Amino acid sequence: MSDTKIPHGGYAARQPGHHPVALYPPYRTSVKRSPQAAPLSFPTSIGEESGPVFGHDLLGPLDADLLHNFAQDGASAIGPRIIVHGKVRDQFDRPVSGALIEVWQANAGGRYRHKKEGYIAPLDPNFGGCGRTITREDGSYEFRTVLPGPYPWPNGPNDWRPAHIHFSLFGAGFAQRLITQMYFEGDPLIWRCPIVGSIGDKSAVERLIAPLDMNRTVPMDARAYEFNITLRGRRQTMFENRMEGL
Amino acid sequence: MRDLPETASQTAGPYVHIGCTPNFAGITGVYDEDLGARMITGDVSGERITLTGQIFDGTGTPLRDAMVEAWQADAGGLYAGQDGADPHFTGFGRCACDQDSGAFTFETVKPGATSWPQGGMQAPHITLWIVARGINLGLHTRVYFPGDPALEADPVLGRIEHRVRVQTLIAEAEKDGAYRFNIHLQGPDETVFFDV
Repeated sequence: MSDTKIPHGGYAARQPGHHPVALYPPYRTSVKRSPQAAPLSFPTSIGEESGPVFGHDLLGPLDADLLHNFAQDGASAIGPRIIVHGKVRDQFDRPVSGALIEVWQANAGGRYRHKKEGYIAPLDPNFGGCGRTITREDGSYEFRTVLPGPYPWPNGPNDWRPAHIHFSLFGAGFAQRLITQMYFEGDPLIWRCPIVGSIGDKSAVERLIAPLDMNRTVPMDARAYEFNITLRGRRQTMFENRMEGL
Repeated sequence: MRDLPETASQTAGPYVHIGCTPNFAGITGVYDEDLGARMITGDVSGERITLTGQIFDGTGTPLRDAMVEAWQADAGGLYAGQDGADPHFTGFGRCACDQDSGAFTFETVKPGATSWPQGGMQAPHITLWIVARGINLGLHTRVYFPGDPALEADPVLGRIEHRVRVQTLIAEAEKDGAYRFNIHLQGPDETVFFDV
């Protein structure tokens, strides 16, 4: 895409129907942490349309390799080896390049490396659970990790989170800031999860479920899952529409 | 032009620190430094300030597991990346709330006024973005500064229908260069959050 086509209008308004509701009582923590007043809308300005820029020099050589970035020399994390890849685009189907993606997850047994974590499953001494990468010119990204395990959590009497990887994304503008979770195709826990259930639109949930991708699977090494992400986009201005028509 | 649905948000959960501030979480040796740990990187222009606060739930209990990000203009009113912006200021801060008190703190500079697309200026402000367990979509709010004559004409504050709520966006001056901004997720003092 040439620079002349990059629009300079504001970000299109967020559509609440694509997102979870703030108050979803089956997810009990949301009850006392959800704002009750309607959020206030305003057209985006420079502060929402700009954002921090992170260059590739931020990244260390193992940042996108969770199998090894916390492991002792010569060791690697325990669990099913996977590649997660996909593209980040905006809502108008333009690739988002230079987007910082940060991920975090439980180990293969469903245990997080965190002092507030109390699950009896053991830590893996060679797995930290964090990684990051920056999208390429075409919006693509990938990282390697282990398939995280499902785990029980204190909500209802017997709630289990489906296996998931947390994603944090920075686009070009702070208005695009997004944190979400990726789920895995075929996991029966997805539709039982109250955190997933906070999203009312079934198709919005389905877009969080990454399918197995045999084309990118590396024989005798790692299976691949594809997770594409759509961020908000900037509208073209009327002025630019006219210019394009000339 | 195609209009694709934005990917749905999900809560950052209780372990957001693992991915966003791993050094804070005790996961060391992966990244040299947590992202957004320093907003000032050199001989910065303008007035240095400390912004601190807590985030309270509907029972009045501070959140101890939240993460807050700050994004702001430099002292001249320019954002990092704009021509002429201060090279010693990133404009971006990230803070994991203290695991006992729930306090967040940013060492920064007082921002300058910024432009508004429909003309005029916005009063100096810092955007905050709050994520935590129980928050399903990250919350945007703004910190303004007390006693600033520019508050009167600020186009965003001017949109707040219930004028009594304007006060929820104005920091409290504690002493020279130290400001407190408490955030209330619910209740009579509920902070104004933005759908930007």
